[in-house]
Order: sequence, then C-alpha cells, then structure tokens
Amino acid sequence: MNSPNPNSLKSRFTKGLVKALIRINKNHPRSSSSPSISSSPREIRRRYHKIKTAAYASMACAVGTRRAWSRALLWKIQNQACNGGVVRRSIGSSSHYSMKKIVEQNKINELRKVVPGGEGMDTWSLLEETAHYMKCLTTQVKVMSTIVEIYSPTT
Amino acid sequence: MSSRRSSSSSSRASKPSDDEIKELVLKLQPLLPQLHHSRNAPVSASSILEETCSYIKRLHREVEDLSKRLSQLLDSAGITDVDEELIRTLLRH
Repeated sequence: MNSPNPNSLKSRFTKGLVKALIRINKNHPRSSSSPSISSSPREIRRRYHKIKTAAYASMACAVGTRRAWSRALLWKIQNQACNGGVVRRSIGSSSHYSMKKIVEQNKINELRKVVPGGEGMDTWSLLEETAHYMKCLTTQVKVMSTIVEIYSPTT
Repeated sequence: MSSRRSSSSSSRASKPSDDEIKELVLKLQPLLPQLHHSRNAPVSASSILEETCSYIKRLHREVEDLSKRLSQLLDSAGITDVDEELIRTLLRH
C-alpha cells in the first residue's frame, strides 16, 4: 500500500490522525504567559491517552464498518466516552469444529484477546480479521513513527 | 479493498475443517516479520499463532510508546494546521 492514492486506507488514516492531533493540541494550550514553559506531566499524560485513542479511532474510522474488528473498536471507543469503558464480552463459538490439539485452542483464545471484537468471533472470522487487523496496525505504527520522526528535534 | 464476504456476521454453511482452519493460519505467516525469513522451512500452525499474538502485542506497545512521545512533542511541535505538505510527506514513507 505504497501508492499515494488519496482514497487509500493509509491516506484516510493519516489525514484523520493529523486532524485529531491538531484538535488535541488546540485543547491543550501551553501556558499563555510563557510559551517556553512546557506542559505539566499530568497534562502530558492526559494528552497521551487522547492521542492513543485518536490513533486507534482514526484507523477504525478509515476502515469503516466493513470489518468486525473495526466495528468492535468503534463501538468500544464510542461507549468508553459514555460509561467509562465497559466492554461487551461474549464467548466466541469455538466449538463448531474439533481441534485435535488443546494447545492450539489456547493460542486461538489468546488471539481473541488481542484482536478487537475477537471474543465474539468464530475461529474462521477471527483468523480473517486478524490478518486485516495486523496490516492496519502496522500502517498505524508506521505513520505514527513518521510523525514522531518529523517533529523530533534534530540532534 | 473489497471484502470477499458480504456480511461477517453470517455463519458459515458448513463447519470449516481442521485443514481449512490450518490453511487460514498458514496465510498469516507472510505477514509476520519474524517468521518471514523461514518461509521455506515448515512452520507449525501453533508457532504462527504464537508469533501472531506476540506481534500484535508488540504493535500495541509501539502505539503506546509513540503516543507518549507524540504527547511530549506536541508541546513544542505546534501542529496547528492540516499541512498538505505534511500529509504528502507522511504518505511518501
């Protein structure tokens, strides 16, 4: 996904994230009396939480509702704002087929925990969603790294 | 990017066999950086699943770390406008 296609996932994500960063920056103004004084550690921590949420939200929005994991993430983020992060959990139907090795089943369940919405997915869907989620996460990390690189003071 | 399924909440008509599940797991291997080099050597579905889990967790940690650094950088960076040049630079990487 290296094409500069303006409608690409990477494009949509990048624009969304940058807009969110601008919004966050505006809501956390530096001290107006002295711009050289940096924000308090508490401010920085609060901003970090917002940035992290914005990163995942921007990616989920860029993907839209066509993926179960992005729907789950969007739902979680929207509801975190309302009721403090209650996560809906339903046990995935893992008994549709028989796995010979218990060990592999445990690993599938580990995967459920790290993929948004994984708890409610059957194994087939989980594996498909995982592939797509991994690709998007990689893009997310790449873009965020680049932003950090651009704004890091050159030493 | 078109999804091959119309609805991901639709249940499969037939139960996927162990082999079909295994096929799907094996498809994850090219996406994993650590296992990529050993593409010719047989890699078990089990280790692919394990590697996938740790890779995703690693990516989550990287997002955490990058968010923290961004938070500190925003102090002095002053991203105030959607700079088209910035977007273009970001997309070039």
